[in-house]
Amino acid sequence: MEEDFVLMKGNEALAEAAIRAGADGYFGYPITPQSEVMEYLTAAKPWERTGMVVLQAESEVSAINMLYGGAGAGKRVMTSSSSPGISLMQEGISYIAGAELPVVVANVVRGGPGLGTIQPSQSDYFQATKGGGHGDYHLLVLAPSSVQEMADFMPLAFDLAFKYRNPVMILSDGAIGQMMEKVKFQPQRPRMKEEELPDWATIGKKPERERNIITSLDLDPYRQERFNRKLVEKYRKMKEEEVRYETFQCEDAEYLFVAYGTSSRICQKSVQLAREKGIKAGLFRPITLFPFPEKQVGALAGQVKGMLSVEMSAGQMVEDVRLAVNGKVPVEHYGRMGGVIPTPDEIVEVLIQKFIGG
Amino acid sequence: MAELDIKDIVKEENIVYKKTSVLTDNVMHYCPGCGHSTTHRIIAEVIEEMGIQDKTIGIAPVGCSVFMYDYIDVDTQEAAHGRAPALATAIKRLLPDRYVFTYQGDGDLAAIGTAETIHACNRGENITMIFINNGIYGMTGGQMAPTSLEGMRTSTTPYGRDPGLMGHPIKMTELVAQLPGTYYVTRQAVHTPNLVRKTKKAIRKAFEYQKLNRGVSFVEVVSNCNSGWKMPPVQAVKWLDENMLPFYPLGDIKVPEM
Repeated sequence: MEEDFVLMKGNEALAEAAIRAGADGYFGYPITPQSEVMEYLTAAKPWERTGMVVLQAESEVSAINMLYGGAGAGKRVMTSSSSPGISLMQEGISYIAGAELPVVVANVVRGGPGLGTIQPSQSDYFQATKGGGHGDYHLLVLAPSSVQEMADFMPLAFDLAFKYRNPVMILSDGAIGQMMEKVKFQPQRPRMKEEELPDWATIGKKPERERNIITSLDLDPYRQERFNRKLVEKYRKMKEEEVRYETFQCEDAEYLFVAYGTSSRICQKSVQLAREKGIKAGLFRPITLFPFPEKQVGALAGQVKGMLSVEMSAGQMVEDVRLAVNGKVPVEHYGRMGGVIPTPDEIVEVLIQKFIGG
Repeated sequence: MAELDIKDIVKEENIVYKKTSVLTDNVMHYCPGCGHSTTHRIIAEVIEEMGIQDKTIGIAPVGCSVFMYDYIDVDTQEAAHGRAPALATAIKRLLPDRYVFTYQGDGDLAAIGTAETIHACNRGENITMIFINNGIYGMTGGQMAPTSLEGMRTSTTPYGRDPGLMGHPIKMTELVAQLPGTYYVTRQAVHTPNLVRKTKKAIRKAFEYQKLNRGVSFVEVVSNCNSGWKMPPVQAVKWLDENMLPFYPLGDIKVPEM
């Protein structure tokens, strides 16, 4: 029904979706371009609606450790930030991965390095998909490309976080966070009751069980290695079960754009423009960046003459595309940086330049 | 004379001293004479006596007491260095009817975790914070702590702590007492039997006050680090009395208004 739709910013949609996903707690620190998340939550007073806790921490360092504590108590907890803030959280995210805790972290990416810019960018791909902090670990990374997906990925992120006891990152950017689109929300999910909390949660030791311990420490190298292998197995299972992607006019494509998030929206238009010029272009859009849809991209390499990885970065995802293609066809990269968003036309020009000549 | 059997002696009515059930049977890794063992035991006894083992969540720090969860038999989270108050904040807010305590050393609470300490205290989180101050980094091998005394020799101040170069020892307990979010702030020690009794009373209060929801209860325990100080236990206790206590005087700093 029409009236079910509302017009909202991506950041606001993420916040509302968190309440509706039955989140127990949000802990964050203000940073542009994602401050609307906490602003929306503090105005919406979810503590009156569902009992959800919302707290502004003294830093991103503290916020991510609040997530550690809350998730360790078995609760659905989340934070949101933008690139420099996410960098500050990396220590905590590593501990969370090491303690196998389910948390959701939303990164509304801005250009870097350093303070960089407050404009949108996709320059945190490496940080998001290759671990980000110290030690061998991965986040499960979802990349929304619309305000609707900012909302839809929120309950999904919580479900995946609990399924794998692993941090999940929603990787968007300043464009998706700030733009307004119509969005339809899923109905309110109940928060978990105490008896539904996972059996590993530290909620007070009952006489009938051993005490629960949340830690990432093991000084015995062989036990620690066994644990590392367990994580490797977890990531393998994610690769088997959680790959998500979308294809757009790939059936007869001779050239493929590979793009996620904001870039994938632009590339849809580029596909259309290229086809108007008689070039059979298609778009492959990874939705999970980790696990990366390597089999699917690899399979398409048998069909097309070349792939162009289009990213708002100096070339990060292109490395995963090349690994998936494994030399079968040429893979090129086109990127804009510093908060600049490429136009559909310039992307088509680059495709022609790099692959077709003219 | 009738033979006296051991069973005639070991009887419930003859017990004058026993290990609390909230301590595990694991052998503690702490050095002989270390205040950590005593303080762990006091916390465990308080939890047992209050009957709150099933409602208590502890937060262990980074430092010698990182393995607190091996000894105190309660659900425990091991925090990143300095972040225990952030963990405790979230746990208590998400589970307001539980008893949540942090256990931190001086490097953890007063150096790397200063921001988390100050802000948890300033928000008036309804938690108990136990602060072990031995003026040194014990686990990493005796480096200067924020609370190391002026002139104190450590592995990173081999010629003594020079405040002109390395700053002054910080009195965290006096500092957090200034914040409206703290309810009960006290400094205790555990190197004599009498002080152990006083510390137990203080820690008991610090847990009891969580029922009132009035803010942070903060208990500093001035302790010795024989290995870090490179002294035998008896000498370390004497050094504590003569050097630590004049700078870190014992007693209540902030008590609830009645």
